Amino acid sequence: MSTPAHGLDAVPMSAPLNTEALRKDFPLLARKVNGRPIVYLDAAASALQPRSVIDAMTHYYETTHSNVHRGVYATAEEATAEYERARIVAGRFLGAPDPAREVVFTKNTTESLNLVAQSWGRANLRAGDSVLLTEMEHHSNIVPWMLLSEELGGLDIRYIPVDGSGRLDLSDLESLVAGVKVVAVSAMSNVLGTINPVASIAEAAHREGAVVVADGAQLVPHVPTDVVALGADFLAFSAHKTMGPTGLGVLWGRAELLDAMPPFLGGGGMILDVKLDGFKAAPPPARFEAGTPPIAEAVGLTAALRYLNDIGMDRIRAHEMSLTNHALARLDEKLGSDVQVFGPPAGQDRGGVLSFAYRDVHAHDLAQVLDQFGVCVRPGHHCAKPLMRKLGVQATARASLSLFSDEHDIEVLIEGLAEAGRLFG
Amino acid sequence: MADLEELYREIILDHYRSPRNRGELESPPAHRVEGFNPLCGDEVVVSMVVENGRLSDLKIAGSGCSISQSSASLMSGAVKGKPVGEVRKLISTFKGMMSIHEASLEGDGHGGESNGAEVLAGEPEEIDLEKLGELAALQGVVKFPVRIKCATLSWNALAQGLDEVAASAS
Repeated sequence: MSTPAHGLDAVPMSAPLNTEALRKDFPLLARKVNGRPIVYLDAAASALQPRSVIDAMTHYYETTHSNVHRGVYATAEEATAEYERARIVAGRFLGAPDPAREVVFTKNTTESLNLVAQSWGRANLRAGDSVLLTEMEHHSNIVPWMLLSEELGGLDIRYIPVDGSGRLDLSDLESLVAGVKVVAVSAMSNVLGTINPVASIAEAAHREGAVVVADGAQLVPHVPTDVVALGADFLAFSAHKTMGPTGLGVLWGRAELLDAMPPFLGGGGMILDVKLDGFKAAPPPARFEAGTPPIAEAVGLTAALRYLNDIGMDRIRAHEMSLTNHALARLDEKLGSDVQVFGPPAGQDRGGVLSFAYRDVHAHDLAQVLDQFGVCVRPGHHCAKPLMRKLGVQATARASLSLFSDEHDIEVLIEGLAEAGRLFG
Repeated sequence: MADLEELYREIILDHYRSPRNRGELESPPAHRVEGFNPLCGDEVVVSMVVENGRLSDLKIAGSGCSISQSSASLMSGAVKGKPVGEVRKLISTFKGMMSIHEASLEGDGHGGESNGAEVLAGEPEEIDLEKLGELAALQGVVKFPVRIKCATLSWNALAQGLDEVAASAS
């Protein structure tokens, strides 16, 4: 990975994406919904898979499958090699200094964050310690800390507020961060699309000696990411939002932190030795991977990350940023004040996640009408109820872009919204 | 858009725009039940007064989509002032209208809410749409399995409330 940091640098001047050709890579896009071609605008919930990912997993099952880290026969060796290759590929995708030691496979981003809270948190936090989150966190970066708080007899959980533009209000960061032990922050909001300045938050956190946990579920699939430049100590993301399969998550952690952490789940694969009176844990990353891991899914992740790398994360980011700008402009042009898009205006700190309200039509009803146009958007609170309360809404409809999304998708979205307007008067 | 027109019938849109029996009753004496749809964030608050075996008063608060809010409004009109036994029968009939279709959809991999007894009983009870009156307008919902939870939200809250009132009286 030669691409820098978190998308806040200048837009790379590279060739634009040929979305028409790229769409052919995604079998599901050939499907019709309600008689219309599918318009998939829900990558923030789960991305579609290119053929190469599906083929890689099928090929693995047809030629290689065995359990990993156990057998000595040929396919077992090959399966182990494939699984460990995925670790290296995932680590390199994130610019990890030491992928073989620092990449832990989990079930999803949620499990990665729970692993940090349970393993690092239980070993390092005590009742009364302070944890700093933000008001725009997904529930999976709030509830694990609340669970830990209950377990430890009360943590002081603070929140960096969200300002009127949908960005973090960092004006009081110095006082909020004072004395905290951990800062857990979304690198990119799954509701607002805001790309948060993790590096500067991490700098302030590290001055306090705090550990920084970044939820990269939305950032990693869409914006070139380098963990060193990001400055976090842990970074989590999900394979399925990265055009890979479901059931596999990644947790990157700094080697010295992982080395000092106790196991998360107990079972096979995470031990060096077990006696009747105790056990000795394996070193990371095996220490955190009890039981048979998602091996085929790891093979799928390798294929997905290669697919993204072959296109180029800088080009993907440039395409999605340009289409985000276009969508914001078209929504405003066609629907004016009838549509309210939440989150920052077009720019470097905004990803392709567009949460919106349309007149006073409920998000659920909007999504239902849009479905008739083949348009897939997500209605609801997006697992971010504290943020919904802050925005003063119960739910939003959310359209989120993929590398294959194009201007036509935005036109169909607008057509559907106009129909919802007609229906609900 | 035929399915859509069937889902969003005029009577549903009317109850959504102008909900009946809107508000909350002072609690106590009224009994108050909150219902949440964790998937979409819809909320409904049913406050009710049961006197002499009759659901003498009922108000609905909360907010949500057109289906959850119109269903609550239609429900309030259908049950207010009725004997509790009759109300329970109506709840069962209404949920039957939803759950029969849920049961038939289960084999299609649509999932959907399982209403336990009605679904497990096998032979579904014949639903008399006549008895449901205006409520029959909601039958278009069953073609959209995800929305069934929206339609049944207030009914589940009402059923829970009646159970709680009965339990506290015994």
